[in-house]
Amino acid sequence: MKTLVWVEHDGSAVKDATLAAVTAASKLGEVHLLVAGEGVDGVARAASEIAGVGKVHVADNAAFAYNLPENVAPLVAELMASHDAFVAPATTTGKNIAPRVAALLDVMQISDILSVEGPKSFTRPIYAGNAIATVESSDAKLVLTVRGTAFEKAATSGGSGVVEAVSAGGDAGISSFVGAEIAKSERPELTSAKVIVSGGRALGSSEKYEEVIVPLADKLGAALGASRAAVDAGYVPNDYQVGQTGKIVAPEVYFAIGISGAIQHLAGMKDSKTIVAINKDEDAPIFQVADLGLVADLFSAVPELTAKI
Amino acid sequence: MKILVPVKRVLDYNVKPRVKADGTGVDLANVKMSMNPFDEIAVEEAIRLKEKGVATEIVAVSVGPAKAQETLRTALAMGADRAILVQTDDEVEPLAIAKILKAIADAETPGLVILGKQAIDGDNNQTGQMLAALTGWAQGTFASAVQVEGDHVNVTREVDGGLETVKLKLPAIVTTDLRLNEPRYASLPNIMKAKSKPLDTKTPADYGVDTSPRVKTLRVSEPPVRSAGVKVADVDELVAKLKAMGVHS
Repeated sequence: MKTLVWVEHDGSAVKDATLAAVTAASKLGEVHLLVAGEGVDGVARAASEIAGVGKVHVADNAAFAYNLPENVAPLVAELMASHDAFVAPATTTGKNIAPRVAALLDVMQISDILSVEGPKSFTRPIYAGNAIATVESSDAKLVLTVRGTAFEKAATSGGSGVVEAVSAGGDAGISSFVGAEIAKSERPELTSAKVIVSGGRALGSSEKYEEVIVPLADKLGAALGASRAAVDAGYVPNDYQVGQTGKIVAPEVYFAIGISGAIQHLAGMKDSKTIVAINKDEDAPIFQVADLGLVADLFSAVPELTAKI
Repeated sequence: MKILVPVKRVLDYNVKPRVKADGTGVDLANVKMSMNPFDEIAVEEAIRLKEKGVATEIVAVSVGPAKAQETLRTALAMGADRAILVQTDDEVEPLAIAKILKAIADAETPGLVILGKQAIDGDNNQTGQMLAALTGWAQGTFASAVQVEGDHVNVTREVDGGLETVKLKLPAIVTTDLRLNEPRYASLPNIMKAKSKPLDTKTPADYGVDTSPRVKTLRVSEPPVRSAGVKVADVDELVAKLKAMGVHS
């Protein structure tokens, strides 16, 4: 089987989520890559060095500069004439483009795969990971998105892919990029952070969130999260929310501080490698999933932890 | 401008899903069902655009069982003007739903279709993008702000690491993210009024769409259970355990 993997990049480097998609694709067959963008020679070179890569299709065109799906999806659909599976990382870019490609190919996409079980069968989370479905496609071609935390990252060196320019596609003329505000803080993104410190309603106010949660996150170089209760109470903005209707995260270490552990929240973080819970209620459901639990008053325990770690 | 808002009836987000013992799916018998939370946000956004004078009519659509009428009545009580139920007891995949919505869009010629970015049951996150492909319209997914200006709409999107704004030619597809708005509750008088708003019932066959599944679910299982953790006595022990794992500043 010939796979075509979408290379997510920032114009100069290949993003990590791509490397997990390459690993998933390599379980299906030959791995070809697609680098689309403007002035992407450097990215194409880096992509060709990813271990196990065959051809690297490079579509260098101003129309592809901002990953506008109206322009990019027809390009991918055209390349799919000579490939059997389109594989994209389940990032906001991958999720934006892949279903548009799938519908153009009249294929039912399989989203967010966790494992490859056979040539056409996969596991994927449903109900925010509260259940795992094993599914099998009957379509002639596959369109998949890959959960980055579920696959090892392919090595970024040792490959010898052959770079090939693609001239297909252009501007569909129905959409344009206006601007972006990408957070420039030192803090990692919530969805790709290795460590996350989350606070819940027990904090009582946004001042306490600042005073107790932020210093620990600063010390650990962690991303900041919150429960829905804390967001609804206005302690932090909406985009901090971890949970079924917020962000689904799977860091190496997740600190749940003053979070009781509602189903809604657990659905968003229970795939974390290690969960640390600090809560003064020893019966809080969060302790049923925590690897390390500390029954203590967070207002004294967390500053002490911040000082000692 | 008319706005089309597809809505889905799903397991309420506060109910813990239980996997059926025979591994065929999640048990939906005798549990609370509600409108998909992202779809509520879509309905709310459409109503706000109507209140601003941008939209003139809001048509809610649901593809699902007879009981999805309740979900459509909720949309009508919130402020949608009329509803279409495409009734089927089969589980319909996003691709087939997108095909049904494409046929409805052809007939209704909306200026905007606003959908939830994903349903919290299947978590597919596909229908809006697929509908955009089938109609050939532009798409603004994971929206946190929607601004209609003349023959265009500016959509601010929640992307990994921040926000991005795109300008789309109308008609266009928008899918909602959490930050777009806070949906209103329907008032009792509006719930009563919604009962007399028009609701058409159709079938997938009326739109010539084959809904047979392309992806077969072989089994549904519980996720791996986390092994029971340990309680530490104090902060010192916690720090020692974390340092042993390599977690420190």
